[in-house]
Amino acid sequence: MGKKVTVLGEVRDGALRNVSFEGVAAARKIAEDGEVVAVLLGSAVKDLAQEMIVAGADRAVVVEDEKLAGYTSDGYAQALLAVVEQENPEAILFGHTALGKDLSPKIASKLGCGLVSDAVNVEVEGGNVVFTRPIYSGKAFEKKIVTDGVIFATIRPNNIPPLEKDASRTGEVSEVSAEIKDLRTIVREVAKKATQGVDLSEAKVIVAGGRGVKSEEGFEPLQELANLLGGAVGASRGACDAEYCDYSLQIGQTGKVVTPDLYIACGISGAIQHLAGMSNSKVIVAINKDPEANIFKVADYGIVGDLFEVVPLLVEEFKSLLVKA
Amino acid sequence: MNIFVLLKRTFDTEEKITIAKGAINEEGAEFIINPYDEYAVEEAIQLRDNHGGEVTVVTVGNEEAEKQLRTALAMGADKAVLINTEDDLESGDQFTTAKILAEYLKDKEADIILAGNVAIDSGSGQVGPRVADLLDIPYVTTITNLEISGETVTVVRDVEGDSETIETKLPVLVTAQQGLNEPRYPSLPGIMKAKKKPLEELELDDLDLDEDDVEAKTKVVEIFLPPTKEAGRVLEGELDAQVKELVNLLHKEAKVI
Repeated sequence: MGKKVTVLGEVRDGALRNVSFEGVAAARKIAEDGEVVAVLLGSAVKDLAQEMIVAGADRAVVVEDEKLAGYTSDGYAQALLAVVEQENPEAILFGHTALGKDLSPKIASKLGCGLVSDAVNVEVEGGNVVFTRPIYSGKAFEKKIVTDGVIFATIRPNNIPPLEKDASRTGEVSEVSAEIKDLRTIVREVAKKATQGVDLSEAKVIVAGGRGVKSEEGFEPLQELANLLGGAVGASRGACDAEYCDYSLQIGQTGKVVTPDLYIACGISGAIQHLAGMSNSKVIVAINKDPEANIFKVADYGIVGDLFEVVPLLVEEFKSLLVKA
Repeated sequence: MNIFVLLKRTFDTEEKITIAKGAINEEGAEFIINPYDEYAVEEAIQLRDNHGGEVTVVTVGNEEAEKQLRTALAMGADKAVLINTEDDLESGDQFTTAKILAEYLKDKEADIILAGNVAIDSGSGQVGPRVADLLDIPYVTTITNLEISGETVTVVRDVEGDSETIETKLPVLVTAQQGLNEPRYPSLPGIMKAKKKPLEELELDDLDLDEDDVEAKTKVVEIFLPPTKEAGRVLEGELDAQVKELVNLLHKEAKVI
């Protein structure tokens, strides 16, 4: 028998994040012939509900409240729990994003259930919903099942392919009312400093710099390449420790774990902690002056050379390719 | 201030991971304080030095974790508590750990509880927020700055590169992100002093908990290593020819551009 699965549609800057559609695809697998219900929380999100249906959800439930305009764990938990109470789902999925990471443990605690965080795959095997997730920052993986209560998981962005969009799909969009009160945390200010709006965890292309970048300005050619390819800039711990860039860009065992389609490592030696954070990328390019650098051991393609010569040449070459395309 | 730090013993980040008998092979591995928990310990010590009070570090684990607790004491924490589950639990998950920690903390009147935002081994990042929920106190995750004035707590939180300034009140639980501070190394006098600092050992019984109360809600059915990545091609020739070839390969062979 199929399951009822709710999946949170995460809205950022007025649009649904990709991971929401990936969540719908995961939910479809878990639901089998059951029902996938999208959940949207915010101050004005109802218009986005149809997109979740087009992506594969059967219907959508919306909680709209001024107090949900910005994320707070208390506010979003109250809204989400009101939905759970009404829908009584057998499985719940969030994206493993800043919001999902912050909110999911609270919901799991309130429901007294388990939570499988950061799943990169889900399969139904012998009646069990089996999640695959990285441990030791991707140095190993585990398969995990929920043994008691609601099946609850967060899905790592960029791993489960979304379903093909089907604009002919229709479904009911209904509202759930929730009393949002007693918010114990207040967001006073948000300072945007992310690179060009492309988030590292969701980026398809990452251009990362290490100590070889040598300075804050040294990141400029990398940023240019990332912008050209619609990607984001990342860094190794070495570059962060040397204060060439902010720690929020750090990729590795401490820092972010990323799995883009293309990872271009510039002037990164490839310490084991860094490799843990990026070696599961689909294609890895290494650019380093030292032919003995460890990074070449995990790279699909390598160029031995000075990144300050290679990266501008790459920019020119990609430009002419993109013009032809 | 009554300050608590939740700490986990983890594999050293330098360690290669191998599997023996279906489990992660711990033999011969070096263990450390989870790096994110180190930021929490450092921040706790600074808070105590600025506001007065006491820092207690707490871990759930086995006897082996005593070493990491001593390290935290050597850094400057005042007291340590090991909740030893070795004889009671065969396995546990984040539900288990959070329940045990909350049971321990519930009558401690903590002003602030600090933890790492994620452990680098199991990588779930659940325990902090779960504990806060069980204690019914607010929490803020992945913080990069913390200021306390009276009852008011102002934190800066890393949100995928953006930073949010959040205001809340004590008591609160926060989880540390990289950049919060620069954890100190234990000094030699610190290490000597740590030997004499109190390290209390508790078991589930002491917390009036049964195995059933904390039984895991999830189960690991398999552990495996990712396929080893073979070294690819290092290109040759003139630099601009290499670059042309690379772009061509990415476009035609790897099909990622």
